[in-house]
Amino acid sequence: MAETSIREALLRLRYRWSFQQFVAELLQKRWMEPVVPFTAAIVVILAFSFLIPNYFTIDNLVSTGRQFGEFGFVAIAIAIVIISGGIDLSVGSIFAMANFIALMMFNMFELSAPLAIALTVLAGATMGAVNGALIGFFGLGAFLTTLVTMLIFRAILNLLILRYSLEMAISMGDSRIWDWLGGGNLFGVPANILFLIIVAVIGHIFLSRGRPGWYIAAIGANRRAARHAGIPVERHLFMTYVVSGALTALGGVFYAARLNSPSSDTGVGMEVLALTAVVLGGVNLSGGKGTIGQALIGATIVLVLTNGLVRFGLVGGATSTFLGFMMLLAVGIDVKWSRNRHKAIEKIYVVPSYFKLGQRHDISPDGASAYALNNRLRDADAIGLGKLDGPEDVIFDREGNMYCGTREGFIWRFSGKNHETQEIFARTGGRPLGMAIDRDGNLIICVAGMGVYGVRPDRSVYKVTDETNRTFGKVIDDSRLSLADDLDIAPDGKIYFSEATLRYTAHTWATDALEGRGNGRIIMFDPVTGKTKTLLRDQIFPNGVCVAHDGKSVLFALTWACRIERYWIAGPKAGTLETLIADLPGLPDNINRASDGRYWLALVGLRTPAYDLAMEDPGFRTRMIKRIPNDEWLYPNINNGCVVKFDENGKILETLGDIGGKSHPSVTSMREERGYLYIGGLSNDRIGRVKLPDADPDWNGAASYWGKG
Amino acid sequence: MAEAVVTTKGKESSAVEKRPAGFRLSNVGQETLVLGTTVVIFVLCAIFVTGFFTLPNIATLARSVSVLGILGVGMTVVVIGRGLDLAQVAILATCAAWSLKLIGMGFGLGTGLAMGLGLAILIGTMNGFAIAVIGIPALFTTLATGTFVYGIGRWLLLDGIITYVPDNQDFLIALGQGEIHGIPVPLVIFALVALVGHFILSRTTAGRFIYAFGDNAEAARLTGVSVRVLTIGQYTFSAAVAFLAGLVTAGSVASINTNVFSSSLIFDVLLIVVLGGVSLSGGRGSIASVLAGTALIGTLLNAMILLDIQGDVQNIVKSVVLLGAIALDRKLHPRDEETARQGDL
Repeated sequence: MAETSIREALLRLRYRWSFQQFVAELLQKRWMEPVVPFTAAIVVILAFSFLIPNYFTIDNLVSTGRQFGEFGFVAIAIAIVIISGGIDLSVGSIFAMANFIALMMFNMFELSAPLAIALTVLAGATMGAVNGALIGFFGLGAFLTTLVTMLIFRAILNLLILRYSLEMAISMGDSRIWDWLGGGNLFGVPANILFLIIVAVIGHIFLSRGRPGWYIAAIGANRRAARHAGIPVERHLFMTYVVSGALTALGGVFYAARLNSPSSDTGVGMEVLALTAVVLGGVNLSGGKGTIGQALIGATIVLVLTNGLVRFGLVGGATSTFLGFMMLLAVGIDVKWSRNRHKAIEKIYVVPSYFKLGQRHDISPDGASAYALNNRLRDADAIGLGKLDGPEDVIFDREGNMYCGTREGFIWRFSGKNHETQEIFARTGGRPLGMAIDRDGNLIICVAGMGVYGVRPDRSVYKVTDETNRTFGKVIDDSRLSLADDLDIAPDGKIYFSEATLRYTAHTWATDALEGRGNGRIIMFDPVTGKTKTLLRDQIFPNGVCVAHDGKSVLFALTWACRIERYWIAGPKAGTLETLIADLPGLPDNINRASDGRYWLALVGLRTPAYDLAMEDPGFRTRMIKRIPNDEWLYPNINNGCVVKFDENGKILETLGDIGGKSHPSVTSMREERGYLYIGGLSNDRIGRVKLPDADPDWNGAASYWGKG
Repeated sequence: MAEAVVTTKGKESSAVEKRPAGFRLSNVGQETLVLGTTVVIFVLCAIFVTGFFTLPNIATLARSVSVLGILGVGMTVVVIGRGLDLAQVAILATCAAWSLKLIGMGFGLGTGLAMGLGLAILIGTMNGFAIAVIGIPALFTTLATGTFVYGIGRWLLLDGIITYVPDNQDFLIALGQGEIHGIPVPLVIFALVALVGHFILSRTTAGRFIYAFGDNAEAARLTGVSVRVLTIGQYTFSAAVAFLAGLVTAGSVASINTNVFSSSLIFDVLLIVVLGGVSLSGGRGSIASVLAGTALIGTLLNAMILLDIQGDVQNIVKSVVLLGAIALDRKLHPRDEETARQGDL
């Protein structure tokens, strides 16, 4: 016996914390996307600094930095166009053209530096506008158009150089601003880097926070949908090329100020370099995804790599080889990763743990135990048959009106003597689960995917809470309420509610069973302070919540653990947790008060030997998840359950079942009201009503909590 | 049934009556249009440009456009399958030059050519694999492999920028400079390649599948076309054709300059393909399109050379012509925003 418990303790320990779970949750984070290119950049820089002597000297860094300043502008330019779903191959030619125009304005026409720069950027924007007009307004393909304009701009540049090179060689402008732009720095930071940082920050805000940026990303992600949404697609496409031209021209200005040379091979092949950079940085080629930061990370990799290869003394051929190879590798990984990322996450997201359940009780109909199944639910009166889709919970107000929530997010109200008036009372927008009535007669509802919401008697819906304090060090952001399940209200007005699991949604909650891990929590909302606080963490699918008759403790059900727990909220044991019932024969769901001072408990399904065994073997479940398709996994039985009644000491008193599940296969809730028991089911099509012969015919749940009023 | 047919016929005839028969630009195939333009330009040149309509010049014209045309056939097969092969020029330069080097080293003509062709096919297959199996967009794959192949050539395979045809290789020289019954050999090779391309595209199952795949890749895949093999085949064909074009180039000037990689040759190839009416979005066009496009560009280039127009101005003229062609194409076949495919560049 001792030996097994040591083995068990070790098993529990081994599966308590999982690295795999950590990785899977990390991969889901959006900020993980640029992590790979960022790491690559660091590795490349470190590698070269080890391989090349004197790499980390100030001189070298500054000279590399100056090149980076110019190249960075081009990378940002091309990134914006790619995010919009296009491409701009003419950046190299525009860059060269800007270099020439800037020198011409400054040296030949002897304009002041700011004016020369402004005119150059304007020229760049105009060249971009040519691209933009052809692509945006005339609907030509971006690739061919920019390929053609690349050649046109380059040819015009060559003609201009031929015509003006002599005149430019003899004239020379003089300006301190110009010199500073080319070779100056501020606190050791080269001037062009300074400007690049400014542009990058503005660009980032523009892309990630501004409306035009969102529109551009939307167009890149799905042009048709963007058009249907009323986004002026043509105008925004036009604008991206204008911005691209202007930014490239700005890069050209710095190049001109630094080198003062109107050479005709300026910027040749730059479009390929910039394209490689942007793709290496992780900007998605098919559009819609990417940031300025990613473009700059990619630019760093490409620049360090090409510079490093040159310093190794390798010939041009080798640089081309590496560049081509890197590009192929980067795009290949990008394509494969973006296509299979969700599959990779799917494969490792579910992390089973060890859980051992105790002996199963005898539930056979002819057995002597209190759990002995019967058919008392089979002939229940059906209410709302055909109208209700999955009423998880059912509740009554003081007046005896019945409420239940459905899959569509509606709250139905049934009024009249025999519930004959049936109407949609309110719409929540999420998946309403557990409900309670507060002191003022408001309906408080756990809405999966949203949080805890209330509906006033005048049908207005309001938010109670949708966030709680975040756990330090947890990868998944647990400050949001993702699957609030059931709630109850203590005499002091505090709302105690359960969040079944942090890792799954209202559609995939059943998969949480395969983990058997404590992914859920019990949370309390205090209406006085308006604060929400997590009371208990790492609970195994906490489900039904019920405040005890005396108001001193909260009972809650742990579904996969088949346990009922009691959490003391008042009295000498306040703040402590104890197990009230262990090893239930089924998976417990909602708990509600009964008129005789006892409690009703819904068992959503009954335990099976096969699944109990599977819970003791995490390796088996892991293999199952990895090797066979989702719909063939072994799940716990959540198809056939029953209702049981227990007392304050956790003793089971009676059972109401439906053998074979004709009317109420899976029971998720039940509510006693004026001598009847009403049955709800998460996937049922009705509310059932059964007469309780020994119950108090005047008892009402809301009155039991808040008095007869 | 019969009645229905009758009414349909009636509708059709009434529609015809409403719109009397007339010349409609959108009904004319682009290659016809281009061919017509070519004839007009040709006649104009023959009248106004001195030395244009002479036999030596026509022969020169034919020689100079043949390489372009050969590459164009390879490109057409790829573009109809909704792809793009920007690696052609790198393959042309590197593989053909490597072949020449091997022959010069004493490997023998057959072995040298076979190894060059083998390298080309290997690269083509690599391209196809990266595009069809890994799923990298064709544009980027071929851009990257082009850079890669050029780099490998300059770095490891070749000795200098220019590789010369070894002495006493009359066969190679003949590929570029020979004549058969007065017809320049490059033109004959172009004709043969065009014929093979035409046969593949119009007479073989694979060719019809290329059209199907280019028109609707997903539908072709679901119909059971082995699209991956098909795509790999397209790029292999294109690469092999590029190697052949490389040999013709080498023969005509007795050497290969790898710097051709940085020239606008690939742009000219795209020019003739698109001009002739092969849609870059796939599924449309034929070898006839390439012939028409080649004829037009050949005539234009030749005329501009005879007129002694500067190279950069030539580039501008070509570019404007191409822009006009694609703008006209868009006008005749407007982009339907509702059915346009995402990611069409």
